[in-house]
Amino acid sequence: MFETILNIIIAGLIMGGIYALIAVGLSLQYGVGRVLNISHGEFIMIGAFATWSLYTLLGISPLLSLIICGPFLFFLGFIIHRTLFQYLRGKSESMGAFADSSLLASFGLLFIIQNIALLIWKADLRGYSYLNSPVNILGAIFTANRIVALFFAVIISLVFYLFLSHTRMGKAIRASAEDPMIAQVMGVNIHRMLAICFGLGALMAGFAGPLISMMYEIQPTMGIEYTIIAIIVVVLGGLGSITGSLIGGFSLGLIGSIVTYFNPGLSLIAYYVIFILLLLIRPTGILGK
Amino acid sequence: MEGFNVITKKHFIVGGIFLILILLFLMPFYAKPYLVISLTNILMYIILTVSWVIFSGPTHYISLASAAFFGVGIYTSALLGKTLPLTVVVVTGGFASFILAFFIGLLTLRLRGMYFIIFTFSISELIRHSLLWWETNVTGTVGRWVVMVSHNTVYYIILTIFMITFIIAYIIRRSRVGLALRCIGEQEEAAIHIGINSTLIKTFTFAISALFMGSTGAIMATRWTYIDPRIAFDPHLSFMPVLMAIFGGTIHLYGPLLGATIFAYLEEILTTKFPYYYMLLFGAILIVVILFLPHGLFGMIQKRLKGGPK
Repeated sequence: MFETILNIIIAGLIMGGIYALIAVGLSLQYGVGRVLNISHGEFIMIGAFATWSLYTLLGISPLLSLIICGPFLFFLGFIIHRTLFQYLRGKSESMGAFADSSLLASFGLLFIIQNIALLIWKADLRGYSYLNSPVNILGAIFTANRIVALFFAVIISLVFYLFLSHTRMGKAIRASAEDPMIAQVMGVNIHRMLAICFGLGALMAGFAGPLISMMYEIQPTMGIEYTIIAIIVVVLGGLGSITGSLIGGFSLGLIGSIVTYFNPGLSLIAYYVIFILLLLIRPTGILGK
Repeated sequence: MEGFNVITKKHFIVGGIFLILILLFLMPFYAKPYLVISLTNILMYIILTVSWVIFSGPTHYISLASAAFFGVGIYTSALLGKTLPLTVVVVTGGFASFILAFFIGLLTLRLRGMYFIIFTFSISELIRHSLLWWETNVTGTVGRWVVMVSHNTVYYIILTIFMITFIIAYIIRRSRVGLALRCIGEQEEAAIHIGINSTLIKTFTFAISALFMGSTGAIMATRWTYIDPRIAFDPHLSFMPVLMAIFGGTIHLYGPLLGATIFAYLEEILTTKFPYYYMLLFGAILIVVILFLPHGLFGMIQKRLKGGPK
């Protein structure tokens, strides 16, 4: 009995760690830049597939891929924001109009990225085995790669949280989220800051991708599922709240793990039900204003 | 010169529309079956887009639940198609969607902007996943067969739905309800203050737009013969009407008509000629349209012709 409960909790934390990571990225992109990035999952997918390619072709360790994929996707995100979204933002009549049109533009990105991935990697399910040995935690047994993934997810989230709360740039980011106009008056280069935020969102996806590829099978169409989960977590935690996303991610992971224990097919349905109820009862989320 | 001006622009447009309708009605007599089939497809997209615009155009509430309403129509057809006559099935499909949309509308009244978009999307995904789960775990069979109907029958029914949709859309736009909807879109609080029953009007219009999507789903199901939740509630059908409407422009009713026609035709060409690059091209077109045609294709044409509003 104790082992079963421990099993559910640890499995939930592992899922939750990944959810928190991807949700923090999305939350940053929406909270600061007002871009609800539907193609967020595609960045995760790029990270996962790059890791797979690097490991199977060149034998580069997935943990090393974290350092390769993260910065690469940061750069990609930065450029996409600098060109596409910055132009769109300048042209939009209001912030609401920008939110709508950027949402649709990110759909366009989703189609493009997914199609390129399908051309490169084909539509098959891919997977590899890395750190597959079982680890025993007080009777609950997990493969080592899951524990490593959880460890890294927690460390990355923690470092990122400290970065936002303690560094100068973190403060500038939070100022831009609070009020872009005043931030600009205070000497924040707003366009650069927004592009950095979008890039940081992609960076988080670039960290989540390799970790996901270590644990699950991957395919080029996997992105949208993670995007939806990220959106659910972000709304759960309150739109734009980073702490909320971290809490929301771990809670959704735990809920998913409990539901999966009773009926594996129902976890996604449970997420939707929670999400819809949440929107109806408390649309501002756990920590929303 | 005044005397010659008896045929005004308005007569000209009405006459033109009448002529096109006659051509469309006689289509199966002179055109190849392939053309009729692809025209059916295009008409389906036009109906989805125009009915989407009925609600979302003036109010700026972007709904991503089209797939849900369409899918409900498809399932009605699969469940009742064997026992009831086709027209009854089509009407029932429409009303089933109407009722669903009415309840969704009642539930989502508090939500605006981003929340509304995500909510409508998740409702449609929830239905899809639940049905799939139900079919795999409870009934044990995924998918159903739908009764086949001849291409021409499908074509005529869909043409009829199209005409009704367009006329209703036109009437709503020109009526007090249309003005109220636009008012809600501009500033909802003000609309409520000047005495518009925003709740009633939003819910009712949302349901009306779902009515046409549902009946279209019911008739299109007979084209596909086999359906399952993944086909019936394909999220692609939620996105397409939005893209088509924005592509065409929502300021005027001809916008979505034009957008849907061009887009549906484009989709047909792209999927047959460039099956491996279809999504890539599609995404690129989408981004270009959002960047450079904010008021859609029709908005641009209007601007060119008149020097336009702004």
